[in-house]
Amino acid sequence: MEQAEAQEKIVEALKLKLKTKSKFYFNDLSGILDMKPREAKKYINKMVEDGILEYWSSGSTSMYGLPGTGKQAGAENED
Amino acid sequence: MAKHKTPLLDQLETGPWPSFVSDLKQEAIKRAKNEKGLELQIPVDVVEDLLGVLELSYKHGRTHWKHGGIVGVFGYGGGVIGRYNDQPTMFPGVAHFHTVRVAQPGGKFYSTEYLRQLCNLWDLRGSGITNMHGSTGDIILIGTTTPQLEEIFFEMSHNMNQDLGGSGSNLRTPADCIGQARCEFACYDTQDLCYNLTMEYQDELHRPAFPYKFKFKFDGCPNCCVASIARADMSFIGGWKDDIRIDAEAVKAYVGGEIKPNGGAHAGRDWGKFDIQKEVIGLCPTGCMKYENNKLTINNRECTRCMHCINAMPRALRIGKETGLSILVGAKAPILDGAQMGSLLVPFVEVNPDDDYQAIKKVVESVWDWWMEDGKNRERLGELIKRQGFQKMLEATGIKPVPQHVKEPRSNPYIFWKEEEVEGGWERDIDAFRKDHLR
Repeated sequence: MEQAEAQEKIVEALKLKLKTKSKFYFNDLSGILDMKPREAKKYINKMVEDGILEYWSSGSTSMYGLPGTGKQAGAENED
Repeated sequence: MAKHKTPLLDQLETGPWPSFVSDLKQEAIKRAKNEKGLELQIPVDVVEDLLGVLELSYKHGRTHWKHGGIVGVFGYGGGVIGRYNDQPTMFPGVAHFHTVRVAQPGGKFYSTEYLRQLCNLWDLRGSGITNMHGSTGDIILIGTTTPQLEEIFFEMSHNMNQDLGGSGSNLRTPADCIGQARCEFACYDTQDLCYNLTMEYQDELHRPAFPYKFKFKFDGCPNCCVASIARADMSFIGGWKDDIRIDAEAVKAYVGGEIKPNGGAHAGRDWGKFDIQKEVIGLCPTGCMKYENNKLTINNRECTRCMHCINAMPRALRIGKETGLSILVGAKAPILDGAQMGSLLVPFVEVNPDDDYQAIKKVVESVWDWWMEDGKNRERLGELIKRQGFQKMLEATGIKPVPQHVKEPRSNPYIFWKEEEVEGGWERDIDAFRKDHLR
């Protein structure tokens, strides 16, 4: 799969779910790509590097989201 | 005068033990005085406001910290934990109060120069409050603002040869004991293995893709000074295959009182004459030692490497020469589903730096592949082992079952035979059976 195709799949799927949630587990993303975790990680790392996705961390758990989405980014003036 | 009144916190200072409240007050005064004339990059009253919000939390019986955040340094999905306060107007100094996790040096070997550098950086760009060390073992710098994060990271990575540690669903900062650098019990070079795996698995440390946290800990011997068996998803505990080395003359010297037992520890009071029978032989968990006719013997086949006799008489007894390590998996503290101790996965593996620890890395990666695919979100390895069974992990990792994998023979075995492994399968000729076994 090309990076652009993977990116399109992820962005499309995440936007569809934006009404109900803005943060996603890594397994959600590898599920969207229908890939094994290690393979999916290469594409997802690149998407973070390119600013398509951003990390969110509670300290114990990490999640991914589209930049600027969700309540927190605005509330903390981090968007 | 303090910015906020803290009557509830003040009570904590009245006990007989050292109080973190006193430490915080001391730091608040130090920041206010700013004797070094630093251009403080975050609010000068950050510690005052921290005391204020903590007092309010005690008063309300609820936290005033929000949960997590999106902050970090470029390219890293761990090492920084966003912390925001839900009373930013009342406590502006801690409106942003992010945590930075920093990889501690192997064996926690610090130089005073390094510690000064670290504290100077944190006085300038953070609150000055540190946690040395967190339960994972890393350096925790508590309290800074978002604009300072990249500055701190630049200073550490460019001028201190220092990396951030792990947080979130990452490989956490690996932790090791002091090892062969100072300890004659160490059965392998913990610092070399810890460093090697840290460098090998940089991507796992900094870019989260695990279901949850994962911890490596390295103990040079079964004394387990970094408590790997209780806290690490994968613990590497040194051991030996051959016999405990006995110096008969030194044994006699212990018995005769010429050498103090336990390396001279517990010396604050008179415990009476050293009694080898009571203090060593009688405490051996497998009863594999004898002291008869002034001679100590050990049935090494029965020894479980508990270390007690070696700890008690370190000049007389030494670890064997054929050293290596055991790999245990699945330990965790009780956040979800209760605490678990590690389960033995690899009873003994030679530690071979010459081939870049390939045997160990093979085990690590096969465990990760299984957990990453089958683990649920926020499920630790130990919980997956409980849910799917130890046998499933053996299949996933390609490790053959051995007697050491059986937890309790006949009552709670981990390992079950499958039909294809049993000659003749599960079917049998009932008539032939009944010839020898009446109803």
